[in-house]
Parts: sequence; structure tokens; C-alpha cells
Amino acid sequence: MSEQAKGTSIEEKQYLVRFKADTKSHLTVLDADICATKCPDKLCTIFCPAEVYKWEEVRMHVGYEGCHECGSCRIGCPYQNIKWEYPKGGHGIIFRLG
Amino acid sequence: MAEKFDVIVVGAGPAGTACAYTLAKAGVNVLLLERGEYPGSKNVMGGVLYRKMMEDIIPEFYKEAPVERPIVEQRFMMLDKESAVTFSYKGLEWNQPPYNNFTVLRAKFDQWFADKAVQQGALLVNETVALECIVEDGKVVGVRTDRPDGDVYADVVVLADGVNSLLAKSLGFHKEFRPDEVALAVMEVLKLDRKIIEDRFNLEGDQGCTIEIFGDATKGILGTAWLYTNKDSLNIGVGTMLSGLIKHKIKPYELLEYVKQHPMIRPYLQGTEQQEYLAHLIPEGGYNSMPQIVGDGVLVVGDAAQLVNAIHREGSNMAMTSGVLAAEAILRAREANDFSKTMLDSYRVNLLDSFVGQDLKKYKDATHHFEKFPHYIEKYIPMMNRAASQMFTVDGASKWEKQKKIWRDIGSAGDKLKIARDLFQAWRVMK
Repeated sequence: MSEQAKGTSIEEKQYLVRFKADTKSHLTVLDADICATKCPDKLCTIFCPAEVYKWEEVRMHVGYEGCHECGSCRIGCPYQNIKWEYPKGGHGIIFRLG
Repeated sequence: MAEKFDVIVVGAGPAGTACAYTLAKAGVNVLLLERGEYPGSKNVMGGVLYRKMMEDIIPEFYKEAPVERPIVEQRFMMLDKESAVTFSYKGLEWNQPPYNNFTVLRAKFDQWFADKAVQQGALLVNETVALECIVEDGKVVGVRTDRPDGDVYADVVVLADGVNSLLAKSLGFHKEFRPDEVALAVMEVLKLDRKIIEDRFNLEGDQGCTIEIFGDATKGILGTAWLYTNKDSLNIGVGTMLSGLIKHKIKPYELLEYVKQHPMIRPYLQGTEQQEYLAHLIPEGGYNSMPQIVGDGVLVVGDAAQLVNAIHREGSNMAMTSGVLAAEAILRAREANDFSKTMLDSYRVNLLDSFVGQDLKKYKDATHHFEKFPHYIEKYIPMMNRAASQMFTVDGASKWEKQKKIWRDIGSAGDKLKIARDLFQAWRVMK
């Protein structure tokens, strides 16, 4: 799909959403070595619908502030390497419509 | 707070609120916990709310609830790259009471519904996460919340905590779900003038239309896209099995853009303005993935119990019915003053007896069958498009010749046999 015009980017989509970020992450990569050595595809960076996970050369950056709290990363990580909790009450994503 | 209630319901979505409403109406002291800023703030659905199950709870709710449009037409598009075969049913019996279904925006609707439960006497507490169930002697006796001194107690705890249901998992009611048991849905709400919506979708006044989109919209992954009309906006979304996104290495928001820019879809969306982007999981494992839903002092309802009929895009209606049936089981348990698993089990029995259990059983093998054989989407839908193009293109060839061409296009005798077998299998898992 990359050769086609992409329309609105994920950054633009995320800009439409209201978040009330907690000060600490509700998503934790349990063992950074697993991402670095065992997971060449870094699948979470592909299927996460909010591009929360970004591989930065040697480590996984977790932009929890933009998380939709869907749970895909917890279920989809092939190594069950993501600890997934709910953000503190009243925090995280706040849908206004859908 | 260390307070004691008769019942604690975790999650103010359709299942939890239906349960809390029914209990409060019967005079039960209910605490309804919601982790979001308000009910609906964490919730997403394509947008179709079925009238019947909601009306079983609140008669004529549509007169005051924030519904968008009653649906009078349901279209089904079978997409190829530059063509589509479309089926539709439109009926004006759906344009008048009692109606069939409505589009809704969940952040608005869920707030309204929870408010009705509060009017019946339920205590709604927002911005509160239920961290774990409090278990004593193997019985659930309350929940631990993330508030200071946040333990609350009750005779029964109802887990309506949605698709991820961390609480049911922590009780050992289900293992972690597999990527082929959940669909990831991404959606946008697009603002559009109501007059343009009505012209574009052939509607009069408040009438609404839904379009389910199969085939090229999901690039061969099992799933569907949808386009629904709200009052002055459209919902466009695409949902695919998480396992499919992983296998094909497709980014869900790029798939959504692909759908939006598809030449058969694009004209519907012209001139719209993006309002919101949303992602959510749908439990699609069906009957075979249902967790344990009854324990000592605890019941599981709605998405948390995997109550979704993916084939007919039903879920919130099943959630509501499960919430009501759970409430009724609790009322019986209260009369007997017995909140054991054995006593509460009437919820499970009645749920499996109802349309919820029956429909889940009917389609129990459907999702896995269609996921295992992607050629239903990859091969047969394009074939259907080619056949329609051939038959409806007037080019001097006789209709007999055209039929022969279509027949040849299907392939060798072996291919035809394979299709016959596939159609038979499809019928078997759907019958």
C-alpha cells in the first residue's frame, strides 16, 4: 500500500482524539532484549492502531499517551512481552463520539 | 470507602448498564463502576443499535434517547478493485415504530443509558478502575478499586468490563485470547451536512442507511468494512481479525485509508471533515471462545463473555440481554439468599437458551472456517464481479455465449468441484 497516496496519516488521525495522559505508563515492555533479539518484525509497531510502539534503533519507544486501550498489543505480541493495565481512572483516551 | 452494596457492576457499557438498570428498578442497591470520565468515553462500535433488546429494558426509548437515524436500508457491497456487486434491502416498515435498528454514537448513547440507571437508583461512580476482585474462601465478595481506601463489597459482582476483561482472566475464567479470537476495528467519524447525507444515500428526513463492505476492502484478510449514516456525520470503519493483520503485516489505519480511497467508496465521502478516530477490539471467537461466565458471587456479561455474532454484526443487543438475564438471576438468588455458583447458574442456562446462546451456537465454526479459507474473499468475490460485468455488458455477444464465458472463467472441472465443495462448507458452518 505504501506506493499509494496515504490520505491522512496516523499523526493527523491521532490529533482528532482527546487524551488525558497519566504521568506513568500503563504499558510496559517486560524484557527489552526480547524485542531487540527475538522479534525481527516488531509486529506491535505494525498492528497497533495508534502507532504507540516505535522501534528506535535499539529500543522500543512506548508512546502510551496516545493509546486507545484496545488491547491488541497484549494479545498480538508473539512473546507476551507487554504488560497491559488500564490507565488510572478517568485517564487515557476519552472518546467524544463513536 | 469499604462500603457494602447488594451488587457491584463493573463497566457502564450496554451490558453493565442494562444489568444495573434492571436491578435498581427492582429496588436493589447497585454500584455501577466506570473507568472512563463518563460512560461511553472508552466505548466504540460501528454504530448499529438494535431496537428490540433495548426496548425490552426501556419501552419507546427512541423517543428520548440520543439515536442518530432509524435504518431503512441495509446494503451489502462485494468489492473488487474497480467494481462492486451490491445487494440491498430497503423497507419503509423500518421507518416507523417499532423500528428495527438505529445508528448511535456510543459516547452519547452510553451516557444517556447510564443516566437512566441512575434515575432508577443505581449509584454511578466514574473515573474508577476495578483493579481486582476481592476473593474470600473461593467466593467473590467485592472489588478493589484504584481509589484511596477503594475496597467495596457486595453479594454479587457483575463483570461487564468489556472485551479485554482483565478481571475474568484474573479469576481464571479464561486464558489470554489469541489473535484469531479478536478483530481489531478502526473507524472515523466524518462530519457531513445532513442534507448532503440524505441526497447522497437516497434518504428522506431522518431515515438512515448502512453499507457493509466485503472483499477488496480488507485485502484478503477476514473482516468487513462499513459505512453508516448518522444525523450529520458518517461512520467509516474497517475491522479485521488481529491474526490477519499480523500475518499480512498491514497497518490498520492504512487499511482504513485504503477503504476510504477505494473508487467505489470515495464518492460517498467527498467533502467530509474528520471528527474523530477510534480503535477497539471486537471479541469474535464466538461460542467456542466463551469463558466461564458464572462463579461463586460473580457473573460475566457482554463483550467480557465474548457475546458477539460477527456474521450479523450483533453485539450490543446480546450484551443488553445478557445484562438483563444476569440481573434476573441475581434477583432469584436474593430471594433464596444464596449467591453460590449453583444458584447463579440460571443466568448461564437462560443465556444459552435465549437467542444469544442459540445464535452463538449456530455460527460457532463460521469465523474460523472463513479465516482458514481466504479464497472466499480473494477469489470468489472478484469472480462474482467479473460475472456481473460480463452479463450486463452489451457487446453483441449472445447471452448464451456470455454464460459460457462466465462458466469458463470459473476454471477447470476440478476448480468447479472445489467451488461446489467450498459453497457446501460455507452453507454447513452457516446453517
